[in-house]
Amino acid sequence: MNEIFELITQILQLPFMVRALIIGVLISLCASLLGVSLVLKRYSMIGDGLSHVGFGALALATAFNVAPMYVAIPVVIITAFLLLRINETGKLKGDAAIALVSASALAMGVLIVSVSSSNVDLNSYLFGSIYAVSQNDMYLSICLSLAVIILYFIFYNKMFAVTFDENFARATGANATGYNMVMACLTAVTIVVGMRLVGSLLISSLIIFPPLTSMRIYKTFKKVIISSSIVGVVCVMVGIISSFILNVPASACIVLTNLAAYVIFALIGSMKKKMLKKA
Amino acid sequence: MLIECNNICLAYENNIVVKDLSFSVNKGDYLCIIGENGSGKTTLMKALLGLKKVEKGNISLGEGLKQNEIGYLPQQTGIQKDFPASVWEVVLSGRINRLGLKPFFTSKDKKIAEEKMALLSIENLKNKCYRELSGGQQQRVLLARALCATQKLLLLDEPVAGLDLLVTEEMYHIIYDLNKQKGITVIMITHDVDRAVRDATHILHMHKDKVFFGDKAHYLECDTCRQFTENEAESGHGCCKKGGCHCHE
Repeated sequence: MNEIFELITQILQLPFMVRALIIGVLISLCASLLGVSLVLKRYSMIGDGLSHVGFGALALATAFNVAPMYVAIPVVIITAFLLLRINETGKLKGDAAIALVSASALAMGVLIVSVSSSNVDLNSYLFGSIYAVSQNDMYLSICLSLAVIILYFIFYNKMFAVTFDENFARATGANATGYNMVMACLTAVTIVVGMRLVGSLLISSLIIFPPLTSMRIYKTFKKVIISSSIVGVVCVMVGIISSFILNVPASACIVLTNLAAYVIFALIGSMKKKMLKKA
Repeated sequence: MLIECNNICLAYENNIVVKDLSFSVNKGDYLCIIGENGSGKTTLMKALLGLKKVEKGNISLGEGLKQNEIGYLPQQTGIQKDFPASVWEVVLSGRINRLGLKPFFTSKDKKIAEEKMALLSIENLKNKCYRELSGGQQQRVLLARALCATQKLLLLDEPVAGLDLLVTEEMYHIIYDLNKQKGITVIMITHDVDRAVRDATHILHMHKDKVFFGDKAHYLECDTCRQFTENEAESGHGCCKKGGCHCHE
């Protein structure tokens, strides 16, 4: 026990570890809150698609020497709007549209990086570089994720109504399109900021895993939301700390911790079911 | 006049599904919309709810009915089948039209949600998970949610689809009572012509280009109208032209 305590105090004395943990916790909180609605609305892969668009935008920004975040955030927000609109009109189905946009943006990004022969570290965009986050980036991430979390709580009841039954919400006069836009916006911000953490290839895991894990046990929206935030935060912390101890990439550790949590919840869920049947 | 439709046309892309339809609904009416699949029933309902643009003509709401005071019982979507939500959360979400800019429900909203649950005798299901209920219970929950949104007008899209006989009977009974005892105007889409004729006060029968609208007595008198679907060749002529009943060719 003493050893673990010592290790944690040791970790907390390293500024880059503290930054990584703060950003990790905030981003995963945003991602797991939004993830519940996204997974239920069958938008699971939107995180993957948008992060590839984010990668393309970052590559473009670096090629033209502009601050990456200022290009990536608006571009990804616009793409999120468009993807949601495509789903509403229904000619191209959502999953197909996401796959299309995702692959094209990734290809464009790779092309831009190679043509501009900039020294962009492709690896760090694809797999994240949480230990290399600067002080400024940290403040920006903190502001953005706090905004996402506060807005989510303000819109919580409306999000539920729109996610559960969009037609009913619309029919009784709720501005469903507006709430979808809010959601697209929050998702886009979360993804762009979160790309730093696990990279564009793995960001969707932060959105998908905690809600799916929680739904194995909990059966009301509120409980799923609460459990999802806790699972998300705990997994990120465990992932970052173990990656430091084992000296392996943080993104891989976070995703595998999430997988472990999912397996544990799934087992508990099916055990609960069996016990209910017996009773 | 609660709702009045004047020569409305509804279309999907370039396909016209409803052409020059006129009808009106008064307070306390029980209108059944019947017709084959693809005759535009659901499209019409979406137009009444303001979810679908009317290509031509207009729908006007009267007697101080606002667009957000219509209760709606939609057909179930695939998303709802595995949605983690308690009955309470679903019923309360019917009050979303009263939220406005407020982020949270007030105690008045909660009280009304509780009343509606009591009305449909589902109080005991309050903390149950919606997706684990039986089909009939789910419909009651959705009906309670619709009642949370309205005091005046209920629009029901095939409320008994997929329910067994006993539960179907129960559901019709609840709807009938809401109409007769609570004075809530009902517009219902159904495939069950016999039942429509038994409970409804008015019938709207949609069949391709031909439409019947009138009160129940006229619908029963009008043989040609009744056999709309069976004798297409004959139904082109001699449709009843009595007062209150209009057949369009």
